[in-house]
Amino acid sequence: MENLDLPLIWAGLICFAIFAYVVLDGFDLGVGILSPVLEPGVERDQAINSIAPFWDGNETWLVMGGGGLLAVFPLAYAIILPATYPLMIAMLLGLVFRGAAFEFRWRDPAHQPLWDLVITVGSTVAALAQGITIGAILQGIEVENNAYAGGWLDWLSPFSILTGISVVIGYALLGATWLIRKTEGGCQRHAHRLAYWLAIATVLALVAVSAATPFLYTDYWYRWFEMPQVLWTAQVPLLVAICTGVLFWSLKKGHELMPFLMALALFLLGFIGLCISIFPNMVPPSISLWEAAAPRDSQLFLLVGAVFIIPLILGYTGWAYWVFRGKVGTEGYH
Amino acid sequence: MFEHLDAVFLARVQFAFTVSFHFIFPAFSIGLASYLMVLEGLWLKTGRGVYANLYRYWLKIFAVGFGMGVVSGIVLSYQFGTNWSEFSHKAGPVIGPLMGYEVITAFFLEAGFLGVMLFGINKVGKRLHFFATCMVALGTFVSAFWILSVNSWMQTPAGFEINAQGQFIVGSSWWDVIFNPSFPYRLVHTVTAAYLTTAFAVGGVGAWHLLKDRSNVGARKMFSMAMWMAVLVTPVQIFAGDLHGLNTLEHQPVKVLAMEGDFERSPNGAPLILFGLPDEEAATVHFKVAIPKLGSLILRHDPNAPLPGLEDYPREEWPPVAVVFWSFRIMVAIGFAMLGLGLWSLLARHRKRLYESRALHRAAVLMGPAGFVAVIAGWITTEVGRQPYTVYGLLKTAESASPLDAPAVAASLIAFIVVYSAVFGMGIYYLLRLMANPPHRGETTPPNVPSHAAGITPASSLEATDLNQDGGAHGKS
Repeated sequence: MENLDLPLIWAGLICFAIFAYVVLDGFDLGVGILSPVLEPGVERDQAINSIAPFWDGNETWLVMGGGGLLAVFPLAYAIILPATYPLMIAMLLGLVFRGAAFEFRWRDPAHQPLWDLVITVGSTVAALAQGITIGAILQGIEVENNAYAGGWLDWLSPFSILTGISVVIGYALLGATWLIRKTEGGCQRHAHRLAYWLAIATVLALVAVSAATPFLYTDYWYRWFEMPQVLWTAQVPLLVAICTGVLFWSLKKGHELMPFLMALALFLLGFIGLCISIFPNMVPPSISLWEAAAPRDSQLFLLVGAVFIIPLILGYTGWAYWVFRGKVGTEGYH
Repeated sequence: MFEHLDAVFLARVQFAFTVSFHFIFPAFSIGLASYLMVLEGLWLKTGRGVYANLYRYWLKIFAVGFGMGVVSGIVLSYQFGTNWSEFSHKAGPVIGPLMGYEVITAFFLEAGFLGVMLFGINKVGKRLHFFATCMVALGTFVSAFWILSVNSWMQTPAGFEINAQGQFIVGSSWWDVIFNPSFPYRLVHTVTAAYLTTAFAVGGVGAWHLLKDRSNVGARKMFSMAMWMAVLVTPVQIFAGDLHGLNTLEHQPVKVLAMEGDFERSPNGAPLILFGLPDEEAATVHFKVAIPKLGSLILRHDPNAPLPGLEDYPREEWPPVAVVFWSFRIMVAIGFAMLGLGLWSLLARHRKRLYESRALHRAAVLMGPAGFVAVIAGWITTEVGRQPYTVYGLLKTAESASPLDAPAVAASLIAFIVVYSAVFGMGIYYLLRLMANPPHRGETTPPNVPSHAAGITPASSLEATDLNQDGGAHGKS
């Protein structure tokens, strides 16, 4: 136990939580983003029904990401959150609006168009804020004496706006491919058409962000292109190309599950790319994950619980998805 | 409009606002989850339809309340970082893991089983569904356990050391951190408060429908259950509150002195100030109505025991006295009003007028929201009472805040006020509308049931089973 690199293990677990969040909440935010282009009535009800039993649990991974960061990397938490203050507030308010509107749209059919609009705006704002935050972290945060030292709009740049829009598009793709899987009839056909265009847009966004990232810092350039690690990093774009090919092929063939899996794979590859750029930093350009780590006792105490409990969580979360497997109906208000 | 206010004050207002709003919903869902567990358990045991219908009736309300709790809670888990980054950096190594445990042992449990609880009645067996309800109820309690441990540690820090970077780190043991001196008292007092809050809300709703139709079976049942809670649990709560007060006197005497309004020291036994106008500037309570010696009798269990006064402590250690003084009185007054209603209901029950006494029902409707007010008042007492510290005696609130400019905090504060008022205002409106529907036979489950199971069973057949189950249950009720 003594020679375990706890900060590294925890960095891996936090990445897992964040990715689990992106996978799970990504598709339900995506459905929210897409809801205005779905026909009011049957199509939209089906779409929103398909995420109703899950969104609570999905957002718990976001709390896990935030809470985990506070517990095991308090310095990173204490720097990144003030640095992205307006983004965080916008994301939280977006999620508040959206979560509440899910409950309200069924209670109040007379105002359903209003609550659907709230779902869309809330989802889009949350996704955009998350994407811009990724860009803001990648482009670096100004730190002095272990505290954020910049202004309250430092996060705003063409690059961060690009990552923001990319995440909105990517979530929309996840949402569309989820709907292909979970719905049928008109809703499914509509989602299928959307997925095709969103897939093109997602790949373009991925290429644009990847092309811009190495120019942010020379370190990023080295991490991607220096021998010998280029032999590893070069696999990422290769896999992106393969997944893109499979995605379009499966859309054309009318597969129901494969497009969703491929959209997730693209997200995973994008996420791995992000980790390659940043590692071993926690807060680029200056604070490494070992510097940001909480004392060993704190990390170990939570790790003991996490090792036993996280598999349990995955088990019952998987069970809940199993209970609600298959296509959703349109039965709304009784 | 905010130029003269500093960022720390704005951040405090923002936290107070978001946490108070949030607290309303868990206070309700902790109690309601347990109530639903009892209702479903009784239904499985007795097979009586009235329990199944009450379960479904309150489940719809629970769904809305829980959703509000989730979204307002996510805000809090990030607000430590956005607004209190210095605190997060310094106290994170101690409180962070406890909150991490809250997430992995409680939040996932609640959220994981909530979908099945709300939408799975027709998808899983009765026992498995009951298990899901129990897991959600357990999750709410475990969540309270951890977050109150964190709060208690901030009030009565124990088991820690301070490292070279000025961070709090675990010292003697995690056990000492978690079971810090005020934690057992705070846990019992707060969780009991949540149960009572729910009981009075349920009782108020039951009474409202009894006033309209005293033969409504569901309304009678919920009113009766709630009044049993009132009469049995309120005395326990008053006793627990007294113990919590004694514990606070031991560890945070300044807070208790502010609650009591004791500016002057009382070498021969302190009076109990019932009412008055505390004046912090002049360090006195104007127009006070006091009972001699009773303060010492309550706090020291000896009428002549000496008690210090706020004057014994430097002014910069005082919390805002008037706020604490008043919020404490509101909480205590409501506690005794609850006891009164409980005893009244016992008398009415004895005279076989529990479902007939309109005056009792009116009083119960009036007391319906009392628990929420008491919970918020109690929360203000303990949180304002520990000022000027975040970690009591060790880390000042002013040294805990993020390095943010006042305009950023002011703008976000306004945004929170606007959004919360709109969203939670609507939420409370929908909750009240659901409560205004009388409980009846054939209650439906929450409306957005994804009712097309596994792609094989047509939706219509499931609907039919649903109705049959209901019908069967009613036959017996």
